[in-house]
Amino acid sequence: MGIEVIFKGKNLVRLLAGLGAAMKISLISVAISIVLGIALGMLMTLKKPVINVITRIYLEIVRIMPQMVLLFIVFFGFTKLTGLNLSAEVSAVIVFSFWGTAEMADLVRGCMISIPAIQYESSAALGLGRLQTFIYVIVPQIVRRLLPLSINLITRMIKTTSLVMMIGIVEVLKVGQQIIEANRKTAPNAAFGVFAAVFLLYFAVCWPIGRLSKYLEKKWEN
Amino acid sequence: MEEILKVEHLHKSFENLTVLEDVSLTVNKGEVVVIVGPSGCGKSTFLRCINGLEDIQDGRVILDGQTINPPLQKGDNYRQRIGMVFQSYELFPHKTILGNIMLAPIKVQKRDKNEVRAEAEQLLEKVGLSSKKDNYPRQLSGGQKQRVAIVRALIMHPEILLFDEVTAALDPEMVREVLDVILELAKQQRTMLIVTHEMAFARAIADRIVFMDGGSIIEVSEPERFFTEPRTERAKRFLKTFEY
Amino acid sequence: MDIEVIKRYLPLFSKAFLLTVKIGWLGIALAFVLGILCAFTLYYKLPVLSTIVRFYVELFRNTPLLVQLFFIYYGLPSIGIRISAQLCGTLGLGLLGGSYMAESIRSGLEAVPAIQSESAKSLGMTKWQAFRYIIAPQAFNISVPGLMANVIFLLKETSVFSAISLMDLMFTAKDLIGLHYNTTESLFLLVLFYVLMLLPVSFAGSLIEKKVRFGMYGD
Repeated sequence: MGIEVIFKGKNLVRLLAGLGAAMKISLISVAISIVLGIALGMLMTLKKPVINVITRIYLEIVRIMPQMVLLFIVFFGFTKLTGLNLSAEVSAVIVFSFWGTAEMADLVRGCMISIPAIQYESSAALGLGRLQTFIYVIVPQIVRRLLPLSINLITRMIKTTSLVMMIGIVEVLKVGQQIIEANRKTAPNAAFGVFAAVFLLYFAVCWPIGRLSKYLEKKWEN
Repeated sequence: MEEILKVEHLHKSFENLTVLEDVSLTVNKGEVVVIVGPSGCGKSTFLRCINGLEDIQDGRVILDGQTINPPLQKGDNYRQRIGMVFQSYELFPHKTILGNIMLAPIKVQKRDKNEVRAEAEQLLEKVGLSSKKDNYPRQLSGGQKQRVAIVRALIMHPEILLFDEVTAALDPEMVREVLDVILELAKQQRTMLIVTHEMAFARAIADRIVFMDGGSIIEVSEPERFFTEPRTERAKRFLKTFEY
Repeated sequence: MDIEVIKRYLPLFSKAFLLTVKIGWLGIALAFVLGILCAFTLYYKLPVLSTIVRFYVELFRNTPLLVQLFFIYYGLPSIGIRISAQLCGTLGLGLLGGSYMAESIRSGLEAVPAIQSESAKSLGMTKWQAFRYIIAPQAFNISVPGLMANVIFLLKETSVFSAISLMDLMFTAKDLIGLHYNTTESLFLLVLFYVLMLLPVSFAGSLIEKKVRFGMYGD
């Protein structure tokens, strides 16, 4: 069924390297998203009308525009607009960070407003200053709610990066195609084995991260 | 005196943990039996077994001469003949007050909608909640919700009513309004089996007090006698916890 | 931006739009059916079946649609299972969506406290009546935000169909960019049609959520 092709020569290593290329893009994007998302999320709790309007439009764009469309806009549109050539990798990081920041900001905002006012009041009653309250009381609670959700964002980001093959980045699916192509003569039915392997590779990466997120969520529920 | 409910040698366990051991009790028509006992003595589980919400390992529950548990009867539905009110009210949050009360008579007993509505409104009037009939449960206080739950059980015309610590979740100032409704039911000669922690109420309403501890019935007495000179050491100790 | 170019491209994009919408909603319909069946299997803990369902849900929730489509469209034919691109798109979206719907519906069902069902039974309702009148409406209300999010997510996922050479919106845009370098016009139409596809759904979703929230929680 073409499974043997995967273990031939350096094929498995090549597939893993392809997965690595996708992982690199997603981890960079997640890092950027978390930093920008936290900043934006906190801005959103300030309840300034201008910020509210802008962020709502931003969130709605992200909510309804497929990442694939955004990827096309940045990858093809930017070049057209500026004449500068943006590499596929940079385009991908820009788009996924744009998307991830919105997701993250929404999570941060949700967590911040879910902290009841009495927490601030009881801290004040204990004589804690505003900064102390924030550092010792509020932040730990937010982190506990936010961390599982952020980890979950990582798996979604990894799944989304599979799209980059559509703008020509050589990632795991592309490597898979190349392997199938190279072995067309010796293993004509390699496609099944190779794509099954890609399927399982993604699962092997995302599933444990998803479990970790669920575990932390359960652990910190109360 | 006519027997309405008879429990014989009931035995209930959750896996290896025995919760009820050889519990027998008879309730006569028009009688108010109050079960008291420390937390975890099995009194709530006892009510749940009577209503078939728990399967039992041994013994029988007989309602009006007919064995209802075991086996848990399916088709012929005896549960509509037993009314139950829960500690946590368990009104249906997606239905209005009237919707909560009318659902079972219409769907289970297939009664006429207009007739049911008339009775529902009349019952709500009696418990002082006519004005709330189109509200949702979340708009009511705990005491009001519990009164609705009682009406919801009453409209099924049950032969016996089970009350499972119905005031335990209430704010103190709301306990009275619920207990008053139950006292009113006692005056109407309703058959009731009540689990409660309100000792003064138990004393006032009960025809008989059943004291349970450790999954067994320890003592059955007249209320005056139980509260003034309990026969068993365990009952004495239990009653002491209510003194200051 | 050249209005003439847009006029010329409009029919092509309209055709692609209809195809994308058709496969998208067929896939979503399949996802609902699959999701409901799987959610019940999990909720009632049916032996054997629930293990299979759990495996399916985990597998499809933890892999990208693109990979699933590649496996179905390019992988399966090499062991003799060959299906059309349209069917593959519908099936892929349905399978992916089914795993998400299953989770949303199951968690809705499990969020209704068991004692609600007991309370219904104590009023003489049968198991089915308790489900029909008490559990299902509450579970549905709880599930609605998740289900709406899933619908939007799945409609967005249609953007990868071009990978299995379906002539959808992305395919058309890419084709025209490659062919005539009318990038601006092509991207404009691409965005326009995706807005057309998703904005009404997003809007309707918010309305339904608001209505359900009010019915359930009154705020």
